[in-house]
Amino acid sequence: MVLSVCDLSVARGGIPVLERVGLTLLPGEALVLRGPNGIGKTTMLRTVAGLQPPLAGRVEAAPESLVYAGHADGIKATLTVEENLRFWAQVFGTNDISLALAAFGLDPLAARPAGALSAGQKRRLGLARLLVTGRAIWLLDEPTVSLDADAVAMFAGVVRAHLAGGGAALIATHIDLRIPEARIFDLAPYRAAPLAADDFDGAFL
Amino acid sequence: MIALLARDLRLAMRAGGGFGLGLAFFLIVVVLVPFGVGPQGALLARIAPGILWLGALLACLLSLDRILALDWEDGSLDLLATSPLPMEGIVSVKALAHWLTTGLPLVLAAPVLGILLNLPAPGFGWLVASLALGTPALSVIGTFGAALTVGLKRGGLLLSLLVLPLYMPTLIFGAEVARRGAEGLAPGTPLALLAGITCGTIALLPFASAAVLRVNLR
Repeated sequence: MVLSVCDLSVARGGIPVLERVGLTLLPGEALVLRGPNGIGKTTMLRTVAGLQPPLAGRVEAAPESLVYAGHADGIKATLTVEENLRFWAQVFGTNDISLALAAFGLDPLAARPAGALSAGQKRRLGLARLLVTGRAIWLLDEPTVSLDADAVAMFAGVVRAHLAGGGAALIATHIDLRIPEARIFDLAPYRAAPLAADDFDGAFL
Repeated sequence: MIALLARDLRLAMRAGGGFGLGLAFFLIVVVLVPFGVGPQGALLARIAPGILWLGALLACLLSLDRILALDWEDGSLDLLATSPLPMEGIVSVKALAHWLTTGLPLVLAAPVLGILLNLPAPGFGWLVASLALGTPALSVIGTFGAALTVGLKRGGLLLSLLVLPLYMPTLIFGAEVARRGAEGLAPGTPLALLAGITCGTIALLPFASAAVLRVNLR
């Protein structure tokens, strides 16, 4: 077992959005989180990543095994593609960035300042960061935003290679990634009950 | 940690990084003072230590909101928070990078600007000593302020309001060291207190900054 989420309740802006979510992720497995806008996919991923505390429940994973990729890619516009990637490799204590560059077709762009990349190229650079971290569990929030069809296929290939190598991934997305190994996990049944209407008079007592 | 420091220094040197902004501000403020006060050498010599310290403090303040806000905007801060680096280490390195790009140039430029203000000869050594000892505290306190206001739109003004009162002890003892040095008195006591403030802030504030940052990242 790589990642286990038990009875997890999460809140966004103080309002509970998901209640009692339970899931387990085994090595080589991918789970695709589905649900309408605002159901709490991002909040759930941020909680699993440890960026915010859960309301209730717990997240169990091997220490130092998670890596999170959110809406923003964390790219510095004035550094080159290679410098951006090398920085994250050093932070995570790995050295080799050539595989990551090759996997996302960034080799021809390596010496270009990241500020000069297109939105899709920036996204590919953001995803290439996952490969240099060397972590087993990927937590991905809408990873295919602004990617074209070829790049989505490239991304699906990288995820499948990661799964084949014993890794795991938890992905929030709306599109079909064409990863046959992936299971769908629908968050709709876990939607938190709406809060009771404010007790106006009670507030004064 | 070293990679983070190297990246921050490199970002500061690249276009739009803001390196030298604080230094240029310091230069202009100190050059403006003699124009405002008039050509009175004796008066300038008396107020020189205070003006130099105040100028250095305001120049430091100018670049504080860049310490964490830029990393917050592009999402790097989230990614750093989930990286193997401890949050306390991240804020310490950020403060160190700020000092190296802002505080250290101010320390090195201060003696040159002391000439403009007719600073008495014995004061130069003590001015540099007090700034070298005091500006790290300014960077560490400033990083705490930046952590408090990270994520706020246009939080720069609020940051200044929060941080300036916290700068007071550093300013009082730092300027006192420079003044006593310039007048030939023994600067030992304020120097010891200044060193104490700096050591205390470096030891304690990174923990406070890290705690505040964790809350702000939610």
